[in-house]
Amino acid sequence: MAVDRRALLKGLTAAAAVTAAAPSQAVASRRREAPPDAVGMLYDATLCIGCKACVAACRQANNLEYETHSSLWDDPVDLSGRTKNIIKLYREGEQISYMKQQCMHCLDPGCVGACMMGSFQKREYGIVTWKGDRCIGCRYCAVACPYNIPKFEWDKAFPLVVKCELCNHRIAEGGIPACCEVCPRHAVIYGSYNELLAQARQRVAAQPERYYPKVFGEDDGGGTQVLYLTARAVPFEKLGLPELGEEPVPELVRTVQHGIYKGFIAPVALYVTLGAVMLRNRRKGGGHE
Amino acid sequence: MQRFEPRELPFSSCASGGVDRRDFVKICCMAAAAVGLPPAAGLKMAEAAAKGLKPSVIWLHFQECTGCTESLLRTSHPTVAELILDLISLDYSETLLAAAGKQAEEAMHAAMHAHEGKFVCVAEGAIPLKDNGIYCKIGGRTAKEIMEEVGSKAGAIIAIGSCASWGGIPSADPNPTGAAGVAAVLPGKTVVTIPGCPANPYNLLGTVLQYAIFGTLPALDSKGRPLSSYARVIHEDCPRRPHFDAGRFVKQFGDEGHRLGWCLYQIGCKGPATHANCSLQHFGEVPGAWPIGIGHPCFGCTEQALAFRAPLHATVSIDRPTPPDTYPPIHPERGGVSAVATGVAGLVGGALIGAGLMASKKLGEGQPAQKEE
Repeated sequence: MAVDRRALLKGLTAAAAVTAAAPSQAVASRRREAPPDAVGMLYDATLCIGCKACVAACRQANNLEYETHSSLWDDPVDLSGRTKNIIKLYREGEQISYMKQQCMHCLDPGCVGACMMGSFQKREYGIVTWKGDRCIGCRYCAVACPYNIPKFEWDKAFPLVVKCELCNHRIAEGGIPACCEVCPRHAVIYGSYNELLAQARQRVAAQPERYYPKVFGEDDGGGTQVLYLTARAVPFEKLGLPELGEEPVPELVRTVQHGIYKGFIAPVALYVTLGAVMLRNRRKGGGHE
Repeated sequence: MQRFEPRELPFSSCASGGVDRRDFVKICCMAAAAVGLPPAAGLKMAEAAAKGLKPSVIWLHFQECTGCTESLLRTSHPTVAELILDLISLDYSETLLAAAGKQAEEAMHAAMHAHEGKFVCVAEGAIPLKDNGIYCKIGGRTAKEIMEEVGSKAGAIIAIGSCASWGGIPSADPNPTGAAGVAAVLPGKTVVTIPGCPANPYNLLGTVLQYAIFGTLPALDSKGRPLSSYARVIHEDCPRRPHFDAGRFVKQFGDEGHRLGWCLYQIGCKGPATHANCSLQHFGEVPGAWPIGIGHPCFGCTEQALAFRAPLHATVSIDRPTPPDTYPPIHPERGGVSAVATGVAGLVGGALIGAGLMASKKLGEGQPAQKEE
């Protein structure tokens, strides 16, 4: 009928062109710029003494219940529906290092990209927050996060998603995140993103024998507002921070999805193709009967 | 067991000073405990002292403040100091000697020769080595010469206080006199170091009595410190430890946390890196009389790397966390699947597949029959 071989080929070519054009877009938009008012944290694993004052302070500041797994009164084993911030221990032979884990507040967050309801958003100061009124509990955010941060209250009848929101309720009142306030060694500090990044770079440059020659979060996964420093002998992978490359985490997914729907060419091409096949089949079928 | 009355003891002050047998044995047991000996050893020490088996001690003073001697003497109960002095035979001590000048020198030589190879040499203070040691002289001889002579004839050498242990305050930067510890002057000799500023008298007393009665010295760590008193860090037995574990830190002197007795780490406590028994054996017989007990951070006086080197109110690294296993690992273990659960799941799955096969077979059998109709 209307769709001849020529039209079909045209549609297919257009779809192919869109897909082919997609990767080049990704390269163009690699590192995200931090919002102008971006704040963040800098955690220096070489200063941390593992006192867990930050874990206790986080519970208090965020009204989180204690978590008991052994005879100890509070011993979270991982981030969970009741733990937004945790101190972990890396130990290999004589080498030890502590590791503070909480939301990284990515410049281009995977959770925001994955949340179909828009519950996750990067709001004031670049803080990645979650608002429960729209959440449908799909937990795509947890899957999309390369740092395994958003947690679900599995043990509750009406569960919520739980993650560090950089104590934004305290920041709104002129305070700072509880963990940074209580740290006795200033192993984790709060400040404007640009200042922290400069400070981190300066520390590494000043003591190259002490620090691993990299600031984690400067470019990783498109950059994060929480930055990490570690001891020279303990690379970031040992502390459980993934090697992500410089590309923002949701970039690939976004490229594919946005690419497919760009100008609605690919869906139209698909339906045209399917329509053509149906017509052809109907004609053939009609001939037989 | 031999029983002795206070009046049998070889010191007259006991009866008049109100120290009875019980107190005397208690002090001996504390001294024994300080070097890691059981209470029975304390009883033996008391008995030996009662019999007059007192070790001869020559006490040398060099570059120091005499604080170690003072801490031994200025106990809250004056009789205890006398007791300590009565447990040992202090034959030469510049601080306590009644004699002076030539007489004093003679007393030292007499004691040295009378008990050669048996007496205990206690050195207090650093020894200057720069410019041939001219910065500290007694009777025309340098500290180095005196230490070498007395040390070569002693049965046991004990360096009391941080100065004698490695140099202490006199060796602080820029160390103008080249001050060093006793071990630097006596290479190859075993020197028991009892660092502290001041050192706890019980650690000394225990070491001296152990040598006098059993002829042995306590087991030492790599820095010559008795393991019994210096194996653990202050932090491990600190009465404020629960505040550390709960993250309650004093932010500045006089704040609410300070008044409530919280952990002093944040204002510079060196307890987590300082090996000493201060948290268990307080000073001057006064419960709570030690830096952390009165609300000041430990300044690491028994550690060469810290005392008079690290800034007083700077925090230290905690290289040896205790207890070590209350931290989750970087990748916490997830609960695995048990063999029984795997078996049950396999059986259920197998049964379902079997049932499905049978059902399809039955259906297949039914259909041809319908077609034939």
